[in-house]
Amino acid sequence: MTYVPNTDNDRAAMLSAMGLNDLSQLFDQVPDNLKLQRDLKIPGPLGEMHVRSYAAELAAQNANLDGYASFMGGGIYDHYVPSTVAAITGRSEFYTAYTPYQPEISQGTLQTIFEFQTMVTRLMGMEVANASMYDAASALAEAAIMASGVTGRHQWLVSECVNPAYRAVMRTYAWASGYEMVEAGRDGIQTCAESLAQMISDKTACVVVQNPNFMGALESVTELGEAAHAHGALYVVCCDPISLGLLKPPGEYGADICVAEGQSLGIHPSYGGPLLGLFACRKQLVRQMPGRLVGATTDYEGRRGYTLTLQTREQHIRRAKASSNICTNQALCALAATVYLATLGKAGLRHVATECARRAHHSADLISRLAGYRIESHMKFFKEFVVKCPVSVAEINRKLFANGIIGGIDLGAHYPDLAGHMLLCVTETRTTDQIGALVEGLRS
Amino acid sequence: MNEPTIFERSVSGRTGVYFQESGLDSTMTQILGEENLRHDLPLPEVSQVDVIRHYTRLSAMNYGVDSGFYPLGSCTMKYNPKIHEEIAAMPGFSRLHPNQQAESCQGILRMLFEMQCFVQEITGMDAVTLQPAAGAHGELTALMVFKRHFERVGERHRRIVIVPDSSHGTNPATAARCGYEVIQITSGTDGRVDIARLREQLSDETAAVMLTNPNTLGLFETQIAEIADLVHKAGALLYCDGANMNAIMGIHRPGDAGFDAMHLNLHKTFSTPHGGGGPGSGPIAVKDFLASYLPVPVVAQNEDGYYLNYDLPDSIGAVHSFYGNIGMIVRAFAYIISLGANGLREVSENAVLNANYLLSKVSDSYEVPYGTKCMHEFVASAVRQKPRGVKALDIAKRLIDFGFHPPTIYFPLIVPEALMVEPTETESIESLNAFADALNAIAKEAEVSPEMVTSAPHHTPVGRLNEAAAARNMELTWTVGD
Amino acid sequence: MIPEDLRYTSTHEWLRVDDDLATIGITDHAQEELGDIVYLELPEVGSTVTAGHVFGSVESVKTVSDLTAPVSGEVLEVNEELTDSPDLVNEESYGGGWMIIVKMEIPSEVEELLTPEQYEKFVEEQ
Repeated sequence: MTYVPNTDNDRAAMLSAMGLNDLSQLFDQVPDNLKLQRDLKIPGPLGEMHVRSYAAELAAQNANLDGYASFMGGGIYDHYVPSTVAAITGRSEFYTAYTPYQPEISQGTLQTIFEFQTMVTRLMGMEVANASMYDAASALAEAAIMASGVTGRHQWLVSECVNPAYRAVMRTYAWASGYEMVEAGRDGIQTCAESLAQMISDKTACVVVQNPNFMGALESVTELGEAAHAHGALYVVCCDPISLGLLKPPGEYGADICVAEGQSLGIHPSYGGPLLGLFACRKQLVRQMPGRLVGATTDYEGRRGYTLTLQTREQHIRRAKASSNICTNQALCALAATVYLATLGKAGLRHVATECARRAHHSADLISRLAGYRIESHMKFFKEFVVKCPVSVAEINRKLFANGIIGGIDLGAHYPDLAGHMLLCVTETRTTDQIGALVEGLRS
Repeated sequence: MNEPTIFERSVSGRTGVYFQESGLDSTMTQILGEENLRHDLPLPEVSQVDVIRHYTRLSAMNYGVDSGFYPLGSCTMKYNPKIHEEIAAMPGFSRLHPNQQAESCQGILRMLFEMQCFVQEITGMDAVTLQPAAGAHGELTALMVFKRHFERVGERHRRIVIVPDSSHGTNPATAARCGYEVIQITSGTDGRVDIARLREQLSDETAAVMLTNPNTLGLFETQIAEIADLVHKAGALLYCDGANMNAIMGIHRPGDAGFDAMHLNLHKTFSTPHGGGGPGSGPIAVKDFLASYLPVPVVAQNEDGYYLNYDLPDSIGAVHSFYGNIGMIVRAFAYIISLGANGLREVSENAVLNANYLLSKVSDSYEVPYGTKCMHEFVASAVRQKPRGVKALDIAKRLIDFGFHPPTIYFPLIVPEALMVEPTETESIESLNAFADALNAIAKEAEVSPEMVTSAPHHTPVGRLNEAAAARNMELTWTVGD
Repeated sequence: MIPEDLRYTSTHEWLRVDDDLATIGITDHAQEELGDIVYLELPEVGSTVTAGHVFGSVESVKTVSDLTAPVSGEVLEVNEELTDSPDLVNEESYGGGWMIIVKMEIPSEVEELLTPEQYEKFVEEQ
């Protein structure tokens, strides 16, 4: 089954119209000695019914978040996805279209991106946002490269409390692009403002922090931003968009570039991808911003419309001098986020954020009463917190899993001094019963 | 038929989804502190029916592969089978946390492992990473792998990447992002790599040559083996931009021709939907000697089953927050096993047949600068129409009136007034004929009533937009009063 | 229409000499080729430019083109009006669309530039 509509008769007619008699004649350009002389070793073909059942069989070998209560976060979150999201992203006018290069027949994609850009700027308190990037990790790397371009400086100063997965990607990009990445130390589970201040210099292109940070704690964001600006560095903040239903937006505490992982906004975890990199900055920096942008304008009869704009920053025009090599965005994921935010609106997002915070704090409160456990999150936290455990995290997680619970992240894997510490996440989707089961599981 | 923005539909007090209260009553001031709270949350307030109608109306202003013929050259806009959407939405794939223990997700790991094997086999390479989130991301990952290789073999002085002038813009942009200097070489008069010019530019400072094969003119690089030889003799590496893999599956493998690494665009060749511009997926495949530089983790297998292997001491590191665009890989996997080896070859045979047939139907009306034989796509030119004031852009817009998506225009940059047409294998002879008729009719119009073409499109929600005003005014978000 | 009182480059810049001051812009032919100009990147006052070297760029909707300095010297003035009205380059390429004024270091560099007749011929041949 190749989804090829043409029949043998059709093919014969087409070949004869061209004066050919055999399909192989079409491949004359390929030298014979470079032609594969055997069949590919690929299984199949399978009929649609069998493809589905084979896929279902593989799917059944995975413990999924519908069957297990997950308290795992660390960048990917189990937030509720309202039914409106799939109803819209499943419309094939959206999902089978390409990049909106022909605006006259792409107003659907273009206007949703325009609305997306608007929602992102409003959530973050920033002035402009792009049409999205691959994920938060690459968006952060792009932000740091952009900061180097803006400031003419080569060093990135990144808090150790930024998600280790994001720092790993930043490190790769820094090495490849010829920049230097240095990491500012921690004070427990918070960025050490003193150590960071000491490391800033006139070589620093940007100071990069995450708020709430990887371990769930709120950072001293104003102070850290002031330190960056005092040395002429840009202030890059990575945030959790759900938390922005309650928390002060980064634009209000001095962020020059704000980045976030948008997976929480109506996108299922899908084993870590596709994700959605949100990227916003101050308007003054827009020409150095990477990624696609949509702008509003009018057609020649004065009707309002939307089009890709400032494309001269991009690779298909500026080639080697482009602001980035990125060629796509994550348009369908951006559409999901747009529909998510439109559906929840002001009240809905507030509610979700509030419930995350309440349930997380309620859980922490219950766990703190368990013998042998200690909550390490003394500072303010949103939906994630750190628990010191009496036995190894792996052992606890094994037990929890047997009881239908996916436990937290083992922080020892990322911070040796935090071995035996677990990062737990509680979103609005965790019921009080599930929280109770978690507490019972930890107790035993 | 203008649709106001969602913000303009906002009415205070409305919401699109209702949540029950939890019964917990701590206040946010207690939990988060007054000083950390925001005061305003300027999101729209709309009912559920408003949300659905608004975005449904917007969807009606879009054109997708499901709407009709979409011969956008270089983009492989083939039909996206619906079973893939069902499979990707299965909770056993869509509802997995990437930090789950390997034991709890053997099904997905097995699929990823097998997908790595499929990519290896189809490309003729030895090792694969599925992490890159798009084709350009794959290119970047591959050049990072090259860079690490040259570091390890003590040849850091290789600082130049050579690309032909017909290359995708992502090639030079990627090389620059990796710190390389880019040299662009002029293509030969036959549209292929000019070997003499390439030889001139190759030196012990060359890190890599990036080629697309078949190239962006729809031509197979017939001398690819010789090119590979030259590049390797200069100590450089040869990269294949795999955007055009749809022409050669099961027929030719870039790995067999001497390429050292390549990416695939799963959203092109393997039929995952383009989504309006992503998410894509751009796995890369490399030869053995580069395998240890691939990003971590790769999916591996041992006696206990499948696992994520982080033990690649020479790895470039990570390029994605987790393991790539898994949802896309699931769809591509379903596609590959649906087709099997023969099916994949038939895809390429029919893609090439369709392109050649279409080319033969329009080559009387349009200039075809690189001949009448092509692989899976061809480039025509509107130079014959230009003296009448009709440009490639106008022809593209007029095609919309005929109900078709226009081809890629003004690319490759070396063809003036380029119209780059890629029909794909999922189109029938009837749709090819109808499209050829439209193109030929427009060529006629260009002679007798050019204003009909230059004023197109005539029936779309908006006409041609003032892009200069968009760039000058930079209205990038909606503000009250717009 | 190529003004008689200016000198030109093969990269389509024009230059008006007034003692040791040179006003620089791009020609009508250049703006025509570029189409609607939407943005200019120009040097700062006080910086120096070098003959034959890039001093800025001009962007239209779909292209970006380098600006090459016809002469060397210090930038005395930059046309601030172009920030808000880049279309001046389209509308008055030889007037209100001027870009920078340079205090020339080596006035003899002007002699190397194309005369109006030479430039006209150059454009025709292209």
